[in-house]
Amino acid sequence: MAKDLKLRLAHLYPKLMNIYGDRGNIMCLKRRCELRGIAFDVVDLGTGDKLRPKETDMVFVGGAQDREQRLVAEDLAALKAKPLKEAAEGDVVILAVCGGYQLAGQFYRSADGGELLGAGILDIWTEHPGPDARRFIGNVVARWNGTTLVGFENHGGRTHLGPGARPLAEVVSGFGNNGEDGTEGAVSRNVFGTYLHGSLLPKNPAFADFLIETAMRRKHKDFRLDELDDRIENTAHAEAVRLATRRAIIG
Amino acid sequence: MRRTAAIAAAKVVAGLSRRFRLGGGTALPGLVAERIDPEIVPGLASRLGQGSVLVTGTNGKTTTARLLRKIVQAAGMETVANREGSNMMRGIASALVESAGWGGDVDASAGKLGVFEVDEATVPEAAWAVRPRAALFTNLFRDQLDRYGEVEYVADGWRKAVAAWPKLAVLILNADDPSVASLGKQATGPVIYYGLEDTSLGGDALEHSADARWCTSCGAELVYAAVFYGHLGHWRCEKCGNERPKPDVTVTALTGGPDGMTLTIALPEGEISLTTPLTGLYNAYNLVAAAAAAAAIGIRKPAIEQGLVSFTAAFGRQERLSVAGREVQVILAKNPAGLNQVLHTITAADVEERDLVFFLNDDIADGRDISWIWDVDFELLAGRTRAVTASGSRAWDMALRLKYAGLEPVLRVEAETSEALASALRGTPAGRTLYVIPTYTAMLSVREILARQAGRGAFWEEARDG
Repeated sequence: MAKDLKLRLAHLYPKLMNIYGDRGNIMCLKRRCELRGIAFDVVDLGTGDKLRPKETDMVFVGGAQDREQRLVAEDLAALKAKPLKEAAEGDVVILAVCGGYQLAGQFYRSADGGELLGAGILDIWTEHPGPDARRFIGNVVARWNGTTLVGFENHGGRTHLGPGARPLAEVVSGFGNNGEDGTEGAVSRNVFGTYLHGSLLPKNPAFADFLIETAMRRKHKDFRLDELDDRIENTAHAEAVRLATRRAIIG
Repeated sequence: MRRTAAIAAAKVVAGLSRRFRLGGGTALPGLVAERIDPEIVPGLASRLGQGSVLVTGTNGKTTTARLLRKIVQAAGMETVANREGSNMMRGIASALVESAGWGGDVDASAGKLGVFEVDEATVPEAAWAVRPRAALFTNLFRDQLDRYGEVEYVADGWRKAVAAWPKLAVLILNADDPSVASLGKQATGPVIYYGLEDTSLGGDALEHSADARWCTSCGAELVYAAVFYGHLGHWRCEKCGNERPKPDVTVTALTGGPDGMTLTIALPEGEISLTTPLTGLYNAYNLVAAAAAAAAIGIRKPAIEQGLVSFTAAFGRQERLSVAGREVQVILAKNPAGLNQVLHTITAADVEERDLVFFLNDDIADGRDISWIWDVDFELLAGRTRAVTASGSRAWDMALRLKYAGLEPVLRVEAETSEALASALRGTPAGRTLYVIPTYTAMLSVREILARQAGRGAFWEEARDG
């Protein structure tokens, strides 16, 4: 194996954006890298910290409540939007979940009509239709890349895709981006946004490996990951599909 | 007339559902009564001669309410209580109906004190309907985000309820929880704070799952001199000077292990020392909270001491029983802060290897979203566990989390509840303890199965002994 097998992940706002078991995603990437002999370094970046795109292979940002999201939006605009754009244009792999997904977009209009500016690394925008609107809560199954993604969604905002982004997946069961157009998440270059938490990656090992491979191929063309023993992962995935789709039928 | 009819109908429903074992009659009678007479709760609550106390918060409300009831009884008063963790309006209605005479009479309620455990999100409605003389807030953790949306939503409901409180009602607040303590600023009447004083009990770093570490006044990150559990501790905001209020009722000393603890509680009236089968810092909070609430409504030291000592663990919250020569401990776990405390307590036991079974269900009462298991430090169990079984409707999600915690070599998965219990029991050496850790709905099934095997009655009968 070539040496210098190494990935550096920047975890944005680990204290403010961590509400839905998001650390499972970091644990998953780390474990699946280290089992393949890839060194995996995590740098936590909170408010006031600088993101260095040239020293970053992957970025993760999780979900938060509205209150935290407001604190993050300020710091994002002041300090992180520019380096994030630079990272996205350099094909750094960026995964943004739930509130992080909303803030990766152009803007988020909250339930009280206030507007938060996003990082603009995904061509999406999100609008919360108001405090009385139905919250999209429940298990989700979505079709992705010839297989499925499973997770849990819990969001009041409705996300719409602009021409610069394409859907990450297609909803089989659940609400997805806006409950209307059947799309879930968004992709642009190597920026991936999704509403699925749960945690997302441990139960979706194919997607986790896809992200790792994509990140590795920036430096090692044709890089391929070895198979792992994913029996528990795959059973958990299949069970989640079964439970979500069964419940969708019987309500 | 309407009230009499409502009470009669509810009493018949309660009798029938108990007679035919339909479920303990804990919520349905109240639902029936509220349908017939929407004013049933304010109507009956106003007749309680000693008034009412509400107990709410994410963790510890069932145990704390039960402790308080013991103290009230030790002080010679009768209580009306929604005992079985049935803590929405209909549960309160059921309890009031059960206690009332058939005509809804004053006589039956004259000397009674209502002690109502109230769901976090039901507080505004319950406060309006019951008009309590005192309300106790334990803590606020992330729990069932799928049901409440967000922690902030609950906190906001509390602030509004407290601001609209009757002037003479006493608030009993956990000084160590920043979001609970901040309710004191909204208070129009007297406030009593409680907390842990012995900083040697705490660590100096927040757990991963800690929620409220932001100043409720200015939004800056809080600084902790000691952390007891979750975000509970000795906190201070360096930016605006907002800080933990000085508590009136405190735990000043505590020693203990997995089999119980001895602690000293300082009341305005003087100190009490007691030994209890309860374990863990979360129970130290429950004990001091109940003592503070009792003191707030004028109960004296001897009754507080006697009530706390006479307590046996509330159903399922932490119950021990003997099954087939093994000790079985059932401990409810429903959110990361609570489960982390349970794991700390279990791993503090002086044995090398433990036997455990986790039941993870995702019904509405459990919370449909199980992502919280990724915020729990199951890594504590690695290298200290003989065998662990993952069970429940989300058995495989739990199995995956335990695999990540390094427990794969000792892991078994058995989704079906009775089979999981049976095989975990068989695998536990005779004379040893099996820790059974279920979510709420799993706890109900686990308890039924174990009660049959251990020859105890169903929970609602057991819980009625008061």
